[in-house]
Formats: sequence, structure tokens, C-alpha cells
Amino acid sequence: MTTATLADERIARTSTLTKLLKRPEIGALVAAIVIFAFFALTTDAFATPSGSSTWLRGASTIGIMAVAVALLMIGGEFDLSAGAMTGFTGLVVGVLTREYGVNIWAAIFISLGLALLIGAINGILVMRTGLPSFIVTLGTFFVLQGIDLAGTKALTGQVAIQGMTQVPFYSQAKRVFGSALEVQPHWFNLNLGFMRLDFDWSRPLTINASVFWWVGVTALATWILLRTRTGNWIFSVGGAQTASRQIGVPVFKTKVGLFMTTAGAGWLVGMLLIFTTSTVQSNTGVGQEFIYIICAVVGGCLMTGGYGSAIGAAFGALIYGMVSQGIVYAGWDNNWLKAFLGVMLLGAVLLNEWVRKRAETAK
Amino acid sequence: MSNDNETVEETTAEAASPVTNVYAPPPRGTAIIEVRDIGKRYGNIIALSDVSTSVRAGEVTCVLGDNGAGKSTFIKILAGAHEHTDGQLLIDGEDHTLSSPRAALELGIATVYQDLAVVPLMPVWRNFFLGSEITKGVGPFKKLDIDFMKRTTKSELSAMGIDLRDVEQPIGTLSGGERQCVAIARAVYFGARVLILDEPTAALGVKQSGVVLKYIAKARERGLGVVFITHNPHHAYPVGDRFMLLRRGKSMGDFPKSDLTLEDLTAMMAGGEELESLAHELAETMGADSAIAQELKADVT
Repeated sequence: MTTATLADERIARTSTLTKLLKRPEIGALVAAIVIFAFFALTTDAFATPSGSSTWLRGASTIGIMAVAVALLMIGGEFDLSAGAMTGFTGLVVGVLTREYGVNIWAAIFISLGLALLIGAINGILVMRTGLPSFIVTLGTFFVLQGIDLAGTKALTGQVAIQGMTQVPFYSQAKRVFGSALEVQPHWFNLNLGFMRLDFDWSRPLTINASVFWWVGVTALATWILLRTRTGNWIFSVGGAQTASRQIGVPVFKTKVGLFMTTAGAGWLVGMLLIFTTSTVQSNTGVGQEFIYIICAVVGGCLMTGGYGSAIGAAFGALIYGMVSQGIVYAGWDNNWLKAFLGVMLLGAVLLNEWVRKRAETAK
Repeated sequence: MSNDNETVEETTAEAASPVTNVYAPPPRGTAIIEVRDIGKRYGNIIALSDVSTSVRAGEVTCVLGDNGAGKSTFIKILAGAHEHTDGQLLIDGEDHTLSSPRAALELGIATVYQDLAVVPLMPVWRNFFLGSEITKGVGPFKKLDIDFMKRTTKSELSAMGIDLRDVEQPIGTLSGGERQCVAIARAVYFGARVLILDEPTAALGVKQSGVVLKYIAKARERGLGVVFITHNPHHAYPVGDRFMLLRRGKSMGDFPKSDLTLEDLTAMMAGGEELESLAHELAETMGADSAIAQELKADVT
């Protein structure tokens, strides 16, 4: 009934495919499929259970951050402290439990509280001063990096926290953040009709907890963006801040909330890393902040805000995960990854700009 | 003056939705806003003084003046952005001082600013409901009622005479005039009974201006009081019922249309004596016979 009232004879019935092609994440999806096919065909290890679990795990932690960063970018801001945050939150848990004997769950929640606080400070500074978030979060990035390196050394005398497994109730927390599910995917054999790909499926596929978190975070973010008031506000504060304020959108709350979301995602990834590996290095996450932004941009986010997609950022992270492992399996020099990322970023930016121009001015 | 004429009632057509206050207009000509000798001082600077006019249901009050004449100070008082320091602002006969845009909105006074407060990359329907989104469901599962919002946007726009093909298109793809109209339709839908339009035709071409003027007439037909700010008498005269002219922070008078011709309006706007001196000056520098000086002289006399 509702579609009937909306129908207009001047609009040709658009097929689902045409609608899909207009989505911001479509470029990243196509690229992900191409890259999967490429490495699956050219290397032996890529599409095997152990190979797949490796690149899925790599993509998952990057992906959670990329999705949060994408929300923030749609809201018109950057967060360069996001990478260092993943190390900071893990170190807080490590130091509190190993050095001070704090209960592991208490440490986890203290860490979350600190992360949200730093996120709020980022947001409030940006909104109150009117400075670009690039500068403000560059500041917090360096502060966090300094605390991570110097603080850890001062408190523990080392540059890494190890032996987390000895902490009481470690296994409880590991079940939530660091466990893995093993599936025997007989049904997953690739039989394309015109060709059959024989992979070694004798061993099970290991899916880490982080992958489930990644899927969950992506689904939640997508739902919020497209189906809730908050999502509407995220798009509007990024697209036209003054206009949003005039019309009654709570700009301040929305933006501070976004900074807290990235910080919260940083905490989640920090937990996933520490409970998967049971160690945490004091330089964890440093240098990753730009990778999150690249993934978000590859996924269709505009650098200028107001447009983008959470699921696209997840595809962007999938591409990153696949390429970083695929290059290893293919036996190429690891450093080609950097060049590849640069090319992807430039290509994506050009594509996004073209899409934006069409959306803004086409008549 | 009494509130008897003013009734706000729930419509039955969309009884299911939370926000459907459709304003039942009072009889045409009822004064909604009356301004008496209003003024605004910033310290010792007098930005506006002794301005009187009225905004009536189903009428268009045009506020005319050149740049710096005090037009924006005047609308900021009506819109709640600034409080007046002198005189009286009567709304439905009661003395008010509007302390915020929100307070003005609650009294049904909505302002459509020059930059329109739209987000170009967002679809028309999302813009229409931005900040006042309709949701369904409860608690954490509260989600946007997209169907309702799309339908309402389409029907509200067509009630204003804008026939959109697709409310899903980004609002940036609409023309300037159409965007202006979406902003107007939005204000009307959310319960405005007085619309303040800040130079809606200033940035538009001839044809687009015509489109906006048509919608101003449409809003008047629906029984709204419209305050139309402009510096163009040719835009004001066809749609206006009442003209208030400002110059250098002072009112040059408040005239009903019957007391004024377009020529009077143009001459007052341009400022007769200023034009005369300009004509004189030009005659000296360019020679009294130059075409432009002749033309100016003809205009003045």
C-alpha cells in the first residue's frame, strides 16, 4: 500500500541491481570480490581454512575500527588517536591486572571508562575550540603514544605486558574476546561449474571471536546510520553543521558521541587483541590510524563528511586484510602493501568525489 | 485581540502519527503579530527604532530596505534571535519578548533563512524531517518510520504545488527555488502560522524567483501570515498585502497595498533625493546628456 502511494509514473521501475549500484559501498564490494578471486586463483594458501582464518582475523580488528572511524568521518571529523587507543586500553588492563592485582573484569571496565573519557575530551575540545579534529586528535594521539611507551616502562619496567594467562578469571574474559570457533566447511568448496577449485579443506576453518564482533559492530552501525534518528543526525552534522543546528539537531551531543564511539571501538579492539594473544606491546596500534581512514574512504566515505557507509568500511577492511596476507602467500615483498594502499586510496577518493559531484549538482 | 480564533487541532487523517499538528487558520486578516514602535539598541548604537507593522493571517507583510537598513535586526527580533529593547511585540494580542528561536517556534513563528538549513547530500525526505524525525517501535528498537516520512514529504510538497518525482533524491539536486520551497513546506508542516522568509529571492534568477513568489502566494492562500524580506520592490509588490519600508534603522512607514503603487514603492526604496544627487553627480562627470544620467533623471521625476 505504501509503495503504491509513492509510485510515480515518471520513475522507471528501478531494479534492485540499479539501487545497489547507487550505494556508496558498491566499489569496495566489487574490489573485495576481485581481490579474493585473484589471490584464491594465484596462491595455494589463500583460500584454505588456515589461510582464510588468518586474513579474516587481520581484517576483523581493523574492520571494527574502520567502521567506527567511518561513522565519525560521515559526521565530518577525523580521529588520529584511534590507533594508539587500541594499545592504550590493552595496556591499562595489562598493567592493572599484572602489576596491581585488580580483578580482570574491573580492569576491563576501568579501561572502557578511560577510553570513553578520552573520546569525550577529544569531542569536547573539537566542538568548544572549533579547531580541526585533525589537529586535536593528533595531539591526543601523541599524548597516548607517550603514555603507552613511557608509562608502561615506568610502571612495569618493560615495553610489553606478558603472561596475561596467569591472571585470575583470564579464561572468562578470553571466552568473550579471544576465543575461536572451528567449523568444518565441507559445503564451502568452490565449484563454479566452469571450473572447480580444489583447496585443502581437511583442516577446520577457525573463526576468531573478533570476526563475530566485527560482523556485529558493522550490522549495528549500519542499522543506526540508516534506520535511526541518530543516524540521520550523523549524516546531517557532517553534511552541513550550521544548517543542522538551525533546524534543531543536537550537533554537540552527536559529535561528542561519535568521538566516544571511536574511542569505545578502540577499547573493544584493545580487548580483542590482548585476549587473543595474551600479550600487549606498548606500541600496539601506532600507525594504524591512517589505515582505518583508508578503509573508510575505500568504503565510500567522503573526506569532507556527510556521505559514506559503515558496511563499506567493513569491505575496505576486508580488502586490507586479504591483500596484506595475500601478498605474503604470493611470496612478494611485504612493502608492496603500502604502495597498494596508496593506489586504492587515490582511486577511491577520485571515485567518491565523482559520486559526490553527481549527487550534489546533477539535475 | 483574543486567542479565541486560534485553535490547534489534531488532524484525523494521520491520527496514527505523533506529529501532525495542522494549523487551522483563523479568519483572514486576523492580526497574529503586531509590532508597536519596536526598537533595538546595542549599547549606545541604535540599530532599529520606532518600527510598527502587523502580520495578519492570510496576508503577506513585505519588509523592504537596502543593505544595512535594519531588515535583519527586525527579523531577528521576530525570529527570537535577538530581544527587542524598545516598544512592544504583541503575539495574539499578548506582549511577548522572544528569547530564543525555539520560543518563537513554539508560538508558531518559523524562519526560513537564506542558506535554507538543508543538507545537500541528504535525500529530500530526510531533510524534510531532519531534527523532528518520526520513529516507531519502542526502546532500543526505535527506528525511523521511513514509509510515513516519505509519503508525508511527497504529499506536503504537492500541497505546496511542488511535484517531485522522487523524494529519495539528494536535496542538492533540486534547483534553488525548489529547495526554498521544501524549506517553506517543512516550516508549514511543523506548525508554523507565521513564516519569516529572509531574502528568499536574493540569490535566484528571474524564473526561480517567480517559482518562490508562487509558493509565497500559496502559503498566503493556506491562511498563513508571511513576512517577506526583500530589497526588490518588483518581487514584493505582486505578492504583498502590506509594505513596511526601512531605511537606516528607521521605518519609513507601513502601508497597505491600496495606498501604494509599484512606482511609489520603487521610488521610496531607491530613496528619491539620493537618486537625484546621484543623477546630478553623474551629469557632472559624464556630461548632462549621457544616457545613464538622463535615465536616472527620468526615474527621479
